[in-house]
Amino acid sequence: MFRYANPKRFMDLSGALLPWIASASALAFAAGLYLALAAPPDYLQGDSVRIMFVHVPAAWLAMMIYGLMALASLLSLVNRHPLADVAAKTAAPLGALFTALALVTGSLWGRPMWGAWWVWDGRLTSFLLMLFLYLGYIALWNAIEDETRAARATAVLALVGVVNLPIIEFSVDWWTTLHQGESIFRKGGPTISAVFLWPLFLLAIAYTALFFALWLVRIRTEILNRRARAMLMNSSEAA
Amino acid sequence: MSATALLVRDIRLAARAGGSMVLALAFFAAVATLVPFGVGADLALLARIAGGVLWVGAVLASLISLDRLFQADFEDGSLDLIALSPLSLETTAAAKIAAHWLTTGLPLTALSPLLALLFNLPPPAYQPLVVSLLLGTPCISALGSVGAALTMSVRRGGLILPLLVLPLLAPAVIFGAGAVLAALDGIASGALWLLAAFSLGAVLLSPFAAAAAVRLNLAG
Repeated sequence: MFRYANPKRFMDLSGALLPWIASASALAFAAGLYLALAAPPDYLQGDSVRIMFVHVPAAWLAMMIYGLMALASLLSLVNRHPLADVAAKTAAPLGALFTALALVTGSLWGRPMWGAWWVWDGRLTSFLLMLFLYLGYIALWNAIEDETRAARATAVLALVGVVNLPIIEFSVDWWTTLHQGESIFRKGGPTISAVFLWPLFLLAIAYTALFFALWLVRIRTEILNRRARAMLMNSSEAA
Repeated sequence: MSATALLVRDIRLAARAGGSMVLALAFFAAVATLVPFGVGADLALLARIAGGVLWVGAVLASLISLDRLFQADFEDGSLDLIALSPLSLETTAAAKIAAHWLTTGLPLTALSPLLALLFNLPPPAYQPLVVSLLLGTPCISALGSVGAALTMSVRRGGLILPLLVLPLLAPAVIFGAGAVLAALDGIASGALWLLAAFSLGAVLLSPFAAAAAVRLNLAG
């Protein structure tokens, strides 16, 4: 992995991979969305069950991105590598976006199912708290001007957050729960039918590939920005 | 400077006239007083929400003095001297957390029964209220110190601090107010034990995170 921590090698590799990841995402989106719309309406939830296909992958991604951000933060603190800083920094807004998407689609799904736009249910509430963690992380990045210092400070925050997230999740679940239990990853196989599972699976791949494509674009942009800034500074010093 | 000297110095600074201790207490009382104006003076309703209101009030009142926890010493240079002394930054952070708790969390806990009286809290709920605040306020100071150390070089760090710290404190509020509600309903709950566990973990780990944050701010 550290071989590709060299920005030059990273730029070469990511530039070559990017079109493939982006087209994989587009293909999976096309197939997944087609199957999602072609699936029969649920006997209980009717057509609104289709919201699940855009809601559940967003929620998975929101959690996965926090994990990746914390991992990058750990690498940035331990190895002091600028690429890890950039990776953590650029993942945060994407994570906030997927968290917001999960909350909005969850709310739209909740309206016909629970009869309210928002219910103070365990998972909804812990996602709202996670959104605040993301926003705090982004705010801290923007508040500290010095780049290295901002990277270290936000890395500490991300690690404190990742230790706390399971506790927050547990406490909120303890507090109340209206949300249905886990129905996909559980002992004895999934409890939802294959007509629903396939589009969900494809859209999960589509979302994941979309995230990685956007992440790579953001990391590359940040690296190019830093290069441009360094060149400007060098030329102004030479003049 | 020994840890005790640092602790005594911080307590003196907070306790003297115009210090943060009296301000935090006044803020706590003022927030609690505003709530009945917002939700109405129905005594049955107030008794029901007393635990939650006092817990949220205690968290907010503890936050207002947190932003200066490291910043004041950072700005006048005393933090550099403390960092040069044989005292480790972890011990420094622990001493500052202890001083903050002794001058906010503890007095807030002492004031809470009086405010609970205004909220018509039934007698059996007083003990869980006071015990939960006694167990839970240390973790506000501890997790808050991490936020304070992270934002100490930010000019308006006090504005970001609540955003960083409040989501982390959700479990404390849930278990603390939950313990009071369980007592009201007369049911047994493990809320106080969960709160104690959360608080203990936060108090043990936070000095290390706060020290790391102080170190990176001093290094720049």
